[in-house]
Amino acid sequence: MKAICLTILIGFLFVLPLMAATDFYIQDVPWDEGKALNLLWDTDADSVLIQKADSAGVWQPIFLGNSTPSSYTDRDLVPNKTYRYRFTSIPMAVDSSFVTAEARPLEQWFYLHKLSYLLILLIISIAIVFYIQTARRGKDYFIRRISGLDSMEEAVGRATEKGKPILFVPGIGDLDDIQTIASLTILSHLAQKSAEYDTELIVPCRFSMVLSAAREVVREAYLKVGKPDAYKEDRIFYLTDDQFGYVAGIDGIMVREQPAANFFLGSFYAESLILAETGYNTGAIQTSGTAQASQLPFFVVSCDYTLIGEELFAASAYLSRDPQQLGSLKGHDFGKVLVIILIILGVITEMIGWHWFKIFFEGVQS
Amino acid sequence: MSAVSSSQVERRIVFLLLLIAVALPLIFPLGWKTEVSNYSKLAWNLIQSAPDSSVAIFSFDYDPSSMTELQPMAEAMLDHAFSRNHRVLVMALWPQGMQMAEQAFSKILAKYPDKRYGIDYAYMGYKVAGIVAIQSMGKNMAEVFPADLSGTKYQDIPMLHDVKTLKDIAYINSLSTGVPGIKEWVMAARDVYQTPVTGGTTAVSAPGLIPYVNSQQQLFGLLGGLKAASEYESLIDVIGPATVKMDSQSVAHILILFLIAVGNIKALRARKRGHNE
Amino acid sequence: MKRNLPLFFAFFCGILVIVSEFIPHRPFSMMIQTLQDWFMIISGFAILLGQISLFQSNLAKIQQRESGWMYYLAGLISFIIMLLVGIFWGTQETGGLFGHGANIQAAMGSKPFDYLFDYAYQPLSATMFSLLAFFIASAAYRAFIIRSFESNLLMITAIIVILGRTSLGGMLTSWLPESLKFWHLPNLSDFIMEYPNSAAQRAIMISAALGIIGSSLRIILGIERSYLGSDK
Repeated sequence: MKAICLTILIGFLFVLPLMAATDFYIQDVPWDEGKALNLLWDTDADSVLIQKADSAGVWQPIFLGNSTPSSYTDRDLVPNKTYRYRFTSIPMAVDSSFVTAEARPLEQWFYLHKLSYLLILLIISIAIVFYIQTARRGKDYFIRRISGLDSMEEAVGRATEKGKPILFVPGIGDLDDIQTIASLTILSHLAQKSAEYDTELIVPCRFSMVLSAAREVVREAYLKVGKPDAYKEDRIFYLTDDQFGYVAGIDGIMVREQPAANFFLGSFYAESLILAETGYNTGAIQTSGTAQASQLPFFVVSCDYTLIGEELFAASAYLSRDPQQLGSLKGHDFGKVLVIILIILGVITEMIGWHWFKIFFEGVQS
Repeated sequence: MSAVSSSQVERRIVFLLLLIAVALPLIFPLGWKTEVSNYSKLAWNLIQSAPDSSVAIFSFDYDPSSMTELQPMAEAMLDHAFSRNHRVLVMALWPQGMQMAEQAFSKILAKYPDKRYGIDYAYMGYKVAGIVAIQSMGKNMAEVFPADLSGTKYQDIPMLHDVKTLKDIAYINSLSTGVPGIKEWVMAARDVYQTPVTGGTTAVSAPGLIPYVNSQQQLFGLLGGLKAASEYESLIDVIGPATVKMDSQSVAHILILFLIAVGNIKALRARKRGHNE
Repeated sequence: MKRNLPLFFAFFCGILVIVSEFIPHRPFSMMIQTLQDWFMIISGFAILLGQISLFQSNLAKIQQRESGWMYYLAGLISFIIMLLVGIFWGTQETGGLFGHGANIQAAMGSKPFDYLFDYAYQPLSATMFSLLAFFIASAAYRAFIIRSFESNLLMITAIIVILGRTSLGGMLTSWLPESLKFWHLPNLSDFIMEYPNSAAQRAIMISAALGIIGSSLRIILGIERSYLGSDK
């Protein structure tokens, strides 16, 4: 409630009636990057014409239309530059014709409508950093078993026994997708294991930026276990940007090379079942994981192990057992508790009729 | 999970039955009617209620692989937008998206011969970088699209004179199969600039996007799969490709139900045999 | 240096993006715009990187006569043909080095690139996607087996949704009176998708979003480094 009051109060202070008229006035759009002005009017006329002076001082029409709603937002302005507007009522009323006003859009230092985002982000980030610090000081955190990750050793072992390669698919997302990054962190651990066991690792990529990152990850992993010569760059390759062309390529690899273990980890869409079913058909041991909830059922049906949603992001901490990373997982749990509390509070306040709580968290710009 | 040879044979029988189930209704149409769902109605309402001469974005975020499901949606929604006299900015977040767009346009423009390039529609082309491209469009469209596909400068395209950022767009229609797609438009356009977003996706991806059709209207309806495309066709009173193919889909669904029943009978018998032994 | 420089970039850019999400004032608004422009330029050039990689890796496999080298040869030939016809005669309205190729268009009905796109690439892609229908059928046949109370519930729900998504489902229960319309199969199917399905999807999405916040923070703070190839 305090935050709402603050919005109204500070918003009012930022109103810029540089040259106001009784029936036409200009306000700076509050809490923005200073590129918009609100033009408001109060007239009995049916239609209005608004003109803006260009750099040569010539009036250019920017709005001609119905007088209601009695506002127009002029966007794409230059911050701190003064703009002149001329307002005309149609049919022209004697006392309101050719009213001019000028105003300057101002940049602000905060998007107030994002206050709720900021608060949640700060609380969760502080919690994560706090748990990381306590982990650094030596506190042990428990992490439940994630069988999909425990299976990694089994999968690599099976591939080694059969003398077959391991296939790792980092999803169809680009490098700006955090699921792809999470996938690459698992690839790092998997590459170390495959290097230790001298098992071939195949990584087909859909995007060239993912290709560069995957090659770097695997090369470093081989270097780390002291087998840089075993690293084969041509086994980590770009296939195609085309979604189902990529799937066709991977299916071809699965059928021809018969990998003993398949890993589908990252962002997946409609192609998930085609990949998983083909892998199932070849008899490979399969591990999948994605945060795309709609694709999880397909993976669950056709794969031996599936990482569900956040388990994909917990993988690095789980595999490395690094106390700092385990501490950060505790921060996620705190976030979950916070979200549950907020959901319950939201339901209660809506039932009571206190809509400000929902409005605050909706974060809609006025 | 090891696949055994008997299951391989079963799989092939299943595939054959499905092929027959899909093919027969295409040869001998059944003419079954489809009921319109709320999700399709919401998407239709958004286009229906947008003012005359509004500028809309149609983003073709798919490639030929999913055209069976998405192309009928694109054509029906484009038909609707043109019938409401909307001006359409055509773009793609997928490399092959523009080819899909031009196919849809060539079909629909035959119905609207008066529509003129640059005034009623403009091809702005494919943009790399997905969500980052959308974020940039929110700040300055001309910077993201310096020129259209034929090289005409953004400023010289009549329908885009008043379109500076995403805020000047009446609605966005993203037809998407994956990433980047509808989700990116919701995150970067709807949530940040409040520009209404609607769209269509494949049936298998639709459940993941339904949570965005909510009271905050992050998504104004959603067309999921061929059924939704046929619903949209019935909303605009057109018998299009989706309506024709719906019979096949319905029969295929019924076959899947039959297969589930067979699978259960088989499992039950196996369990009984196990008990007896 | 090799490790520290990327870590510094990740920290600097990560913090900058977060800060500019909340501060509209310059220089933050300009810096984030510049970063976005950079990303788009790098993404554009990255496409070229992928094509070079594709060319090199396929060529190496053909030269070494690896098993299945003819597939790689087919891939490489297709790649070169599409590339050349695109460069020579362009696509659709865009011309190429030799203009629009009016004679070839008259013979083929369209430009060579468009011809191959429409009659080779498009059917091949659609075929891949259509495999999904076959795999869904075989997966459903294998997976929807009643083993427990929960699997029973799952199957009943699946049957309602599958029937509700067909024209037949609507016809089966169209006789229901207005007061019982909730039980009409398409309505029941929509209810399942809108409430139980959305609730479960949202729960997974929210927890995944928390995972994303945690992962991003670990990357920005340099705690998570394995994506750079080493965790040390």
